[in-house]
Amino acid sequence: MAVLVVAEHNNAALKDATHKLITAAKAMGADVDVLVAGANAGAAAQAAARIAGVRKVLHADSATLAQQMAEPLEALITPLMAAYDAVLFPATTTGKNAAPRVAAKLDVMQVSGVIAVESADTFVRPIYAGNALISVHDTQAKKVLTVQATAFKPAGEGGSAAIETIAAPSGPFKSSFVSEEMAKSDRPELTAAKRVVSGGRALGSREEFHRVLDPLADKLGAAVGASRAAVDAGYAPNDYQVGQTGKVVAPELYVAIGISGAIQHLAGMKDSKVIVAINKDEDAPIFQIADIGLVADYKIAVPELMEELTKAGL
Amino acid sequence: MKVLVPVKRVLDYNLKVRVKPDGSGVDLANLKMSINPFCEIAIEEAVRMREGGGGHAKDAAKEVIAVSIGPEQCQETIRNALAIGADRGILVKAEGEIEPLAVAKLLKAIIEAEKPDLVILGKQAIDDDNNATGQMLAALLDWPQATFASRIVLHGDKASVTREVDGGLQTIDVALPAIVTTDLRLNEPRYASLPNIMKAKKKPIDVKTPADLGVDVAPRLKVTKTAEPPKRQGGAKVKTAAELVGKLKEAGVF
Ligand SMILES: Cc1cc2nc3c(=O)[nH]c(=O)nc-3n(C[C@H](O)[C@H](O)[C@H](O)COP(=O)(O)OP(=O)(O)OC[C@H]3O[C@@H](n4cnc5c(N)ncnc54)[C@H](O)[C@@H]3O)c2cc1C
Ligand SMILES: Nc1ncnc2c1ncn2[C@@H]1O[C@H](COP(=O)(O)O)[C@@H](O)[C@H]1O
Repeated sequence: MAVLVVAEHNNAALKDATHKLITAAKAMGADVDVLVAGANAGAAAQAAARIAGVRKVLHADSATLAQQMAEPLEALITPLMAAYDAVLFPATTTGKNAAPRVAAKLDVMQVSGVIAVESADTFVRPIYAGNALISVHDTQAKKVLTVQATAFKPAGEGGSAAIETIAAPSGPFKSSFVSEEMAKSDRPELTAAKRVVSGGRALGSREEFHRVLDPLADKLGAAVGASRAAVDAGYAPNDYQVGQTGKVVAPELYVAIGISGAIQHLAGMKDSKVIVAINKDEDAPIFQIADIGLVADYKIAVPELMEELTKAGL
Repeated sequence: MKVLVPVKRVLDYNLKVRVKPDGSGVDLANLKMSINPFCEIAIEEAVRMREGGGGHAKDAAKEVIAVSIGPEQCQETIRNALAIGADRGILVKAEGEIEPLAVAKLLKAIIEAEKPDLVILGKQAIDDDNNATGQMLAALLDWPQATFASRIVLHGDKASVTREVDGGLQTIDVALPAIVTTDLRLNEPRYASLPNIMKAKKKPIDVKTPADLGVDVAPRLKVTKTAEPPKRQGGAKVKTAAELVGKLKEAGVF
């Protein structure tokens, strides 16, 4: 069988989620092709061609694909599916936006947020904020999946796949890009970071959120995340939200500061390797899953932690 | 402008679901069901378009219709939407698991009859966590879509929608008619007042079946197993930051 993996990239560079989706695709026992759809994304296509196990890279390049909006992506991918048994999208906002559109055009039901591939047609996905895991048997002739990249190991380098240029759809489309406000940060990206420091409602203001979390994140080389409460209150931007309806992260270290541990938050971070919680309420639910819990006021605990990390050579 | 809002009845977000011991599904018996929070946000936005508010001119929407697909009890979910301010409801009575693709097909049939200018859905149902119905509906109708909306500005024959995307915020224009799905920051839904709850009881709800709409709702996917996620054991509590760093070293973090 043949599987098409839709690459996650920002035109300039290929993202690690692509490597992880390739692992998922290989677990289906398939020939794996990668689609890079973008504008001036040649470098990303070349990077995809170097991933081990990739048979071929399809590269569509056009201004209409610059933002990878749902309409042009669907128009590009649906016809390609004549040659594939399955298509895997990353469960990112780009992938979640476009995948169901392709599925509906193919008249298939999509499998969302896959975290394990049991076989070529059986996939595991969480429901109810991860409080249950279902095995889904998908016998449809064409399969459309969104894949939770954090659940898979990245495929390695060492491939030398051919890059085939394909035509981009020209439209017209009924939606058009107006503008974007993208966060600029030197820190690692939240979903790919090896360490994450997250803050909750306890931080109380945007200034306090950054005053407390930024130096700690910098010391740990960590990305910064937040609970919904912190985002709703404006302490942190929307793209920091970790959880059922935000981003799913699975870093080696997750530090939750002033976060109670609602199920919706846990859904986004409970697969982290080591979870640290700092909370002044010893009964906070976050302690039920934290490997290391410190019952303390963050105002005292975080400066002490900074000092201890310095002593430890960080 | 006419606005249609699909609302799903789901397990209340405060409750935690249990997996049945035999792995055949989750146990919802005697648990409180509520309107999906994202659908509540969708109804609130539509009602603001009619009443004025949230940046919308009064009467930007002339009529707001709430649609729910599921068992008879979805009447309650629709009443909930009517109490927030929707004008009338449509219930498509269907038992069992109705997948997003089938929901989208049912909604398409209703939309072809009702001809709304805007359909606002939740971005995600918090039970199945599919995040698919709105996008599927847009594809079936060949309409543009603006998912994960945190702001909607209507102007004439188009809407400018700000979307919550992974890197930050993106604003796009969609030509009407269009599909919008809501994110958490779009608005804060009101509490329905008692008089409005009473008024909602008198608003009409039309009842239909998938057969009336000519849609096959048989599931495409088969759930072969439902399992508890691996249990995570909380570790020991430490007393000081020094101990914390010690534990991190033990755990091999650095
Ligand atoms: C549809 C829906 C979707 C949702 N999606 C998400 C999601 O994706 N992600 C998410 O995070 N939430 C989500 N939520 C919200 C979730 O239910 C919780 O409301 C939220 O996670 C709470 O955030 P919090 O822990 O920061 O705030 P709180 O629950 O208020 O907790 C604050 C914590 O800080 C502690 N604290 C206070 N002061 C101090 C101090 N000085 N020092 C140390 N500790 C202190 C308190 O003891 C408390 O435990 C969702 C909710 C709904 C309804
Ligand atoms: N059974 C249903 N009845 C009404 N609306 C639904 C139903 N299922 C899904 N929806 C709509 O689609 C949105 C997304 O659901 P989902 O794709 O299942 O995550 C919900 O927030 C609703 O607006």
